[in-house]
Amino acid sequence: MSAIGNYFRSIFSGLKTLFQGMAVTGYYFRNARKEIITQQYPDNKDTLRMYDRFRGIVVMPHDENNLHACTGCSACEIACPNGSIEIIAPRVVDPETGKKKKVINQHIYHYSMCTLCNLCILSCPTEAIVMDQTFEHAVYDRSLLTQILNKPGSSLNPNVKE
Amino acid sequence: MYLSIYDFSSFFQSIDNWLTSTFPEPIATIIVWILIGVSAIAFTALLGLSLVYAERKVAAWFQLRIGPNRVGFQGVLQTVADITKLIMKEPLTPGTSDKFLYNLAPFLMMLAPFIVIGALPYAEGLQVMDLNVGVFFVTAVSSIGVLGILISGYSSNNKYSLIGSMRSGAQVVSYELSAGLAIMVIVVMSGSLQFSEIIEAQRDGWWIFKGHLPVWIAFVVFIIAGTAETNRGPFDLAEAESELTAGFHTEYSGIKFAFFFLAEYVNLFIIVVLATTLFLGGWMPLHIGDWEAFNNIADIIPPIFWFLGKVSALIILIMWFKWTFPRLRIDQLLTLEWKYLLPISLVNIVLAAFIILMGWHF
Repeated sequence: MSAIGNYFRSIFSGLKTLFQGMAVTGYYFRNARKEIITQQYPDNKDTLRMYDRFRGIVVMPHDENNLHACTGCSACEIACPNGSIEIIAPRVVDPETGKKKKVINQHIYHYSMCTLCNLCILSCPTEAIVMDQTFEHAVYDRSLLTQILNKPGSSLNPNVKE
Repeated sequence: MYLSIYDFSSFFQSIDNWLTSTFPEPIATIIVWILIGVSAIAFTALLGLSLVYAERKVAAWFQLRIGPNRVGFQGVLQTVADITKLIMKEPLTPGTSDKFLYNLAPFLMMLAPFIVIGALPYAEGLQVMDLNVGVFFVTAVSSIGVLGILISGYSSNNKYSLIGSMRSGAQVVSYELSAGLAIMVIVVMSGSLQFSEIIEAQRDGWWIFKGHLPVWIAFVVFIIAGTAETNRGPFDLAEAESELTAGFHTEYSGIKFAFFFLAEYVNLFIIVVLATTLFLGGWMPLHIGDWEAFNNIADIIPPIFWFLGKVSALIILIMWFKWTFPRLRIDQLLTLEWKYLLPISLVNIVLAAFIILMGWHF
């Protein structure tokens, strides 16, 4: 008897779940006009809406005094799985304390090798590098894909704790 | 009474009278054949184009996308552009295929819909041939389509095609049983296999309202089985893109591929027209028993619009299935047919016969 009960129960529970699914897509269908998520990209360059989690390209933000937060600790270089990041940070003597200390000279970023995996951003202790929201990165020469992220003449923000 | 100005038969009768009075008898007959053939081809092409566009647009809305919107107003000419591209492409024949069967299969695919659309009723007097075994003829002829699928899979000399066509063959042959039994319920109710008489029997209310439980069950079974017979999602495992690239039409290109593509949509239309005619009264306006005033208001809308309205509603329902439900596995597909739909339809037809015997339907 329970076998027969299960047979009919399976029919009705199956129909119920099918209707649940159809209710979801039916709601989408009815509200397709106002809830469309497609953006008509080349036409709406001015009003393009990007999402926070989008990973475009690695950049190093600088403030108005041309200060960045990179201490040259090389954590991102070690974290990078395919060697897209090269850090040139020679040790120099700090004039105040007399200790030797790394100072960032060049933060070299090879966009041509980068898979945008986000590991460098996660490993950075001072949040010196972030993912940008831009995505139009095509260039005509491969050498343009190798960038130096710290701007010329920039230096470490003194407020950053090492 | 419905308005006779919407009756197409006098219009076609006048054309026929003019032809027979102008030309000798055999030439007039040939001209009639040519006219019917050309209009059938034009109708099929138009139907395929508009249904492909409708499918892409409806699918986009179900997924909160926009859909084709570049070619023409709101993308209405997109499918015309696609078909033009397909016609201009080279129809490649693989070197190791069975060349005769390979080239025959697309025509077999289109043959069944071409024959069937002549037997279906579209409006009062708008029907090529009103056979006295119309329902039987349609179910019999529409089975030719599966032959095209099987031949295309066999002759392509491709494992994907063969697996896809074998799945499709198993599927169509199984689901034809329950679709046929669902149709039988209406045939028992109306007491006729002729489409015009089935529609006439729904003058005082469509079968889905008059027939109670057996017709409701038959309608659900027929919609499920019809979706499966046309190889549409969620039963599209014959051409499961993720497993079989494209299934039975993997090797086809150009206009031969377009034939498979159009046949799928014309088959969808045929299934929907059958469901409309049998369960929802075909072109018959909504009549409720002997409510004279209501019936007269319903009659003001021409039958062709009633027909198109019902057909589009059902087409959107079947597209809704496709864009909601996940694809079935082959064992789930056969379980659904042999363990659920077939026993249910067998019991259902007995129930229908019992209800008619007791006179419990309206």
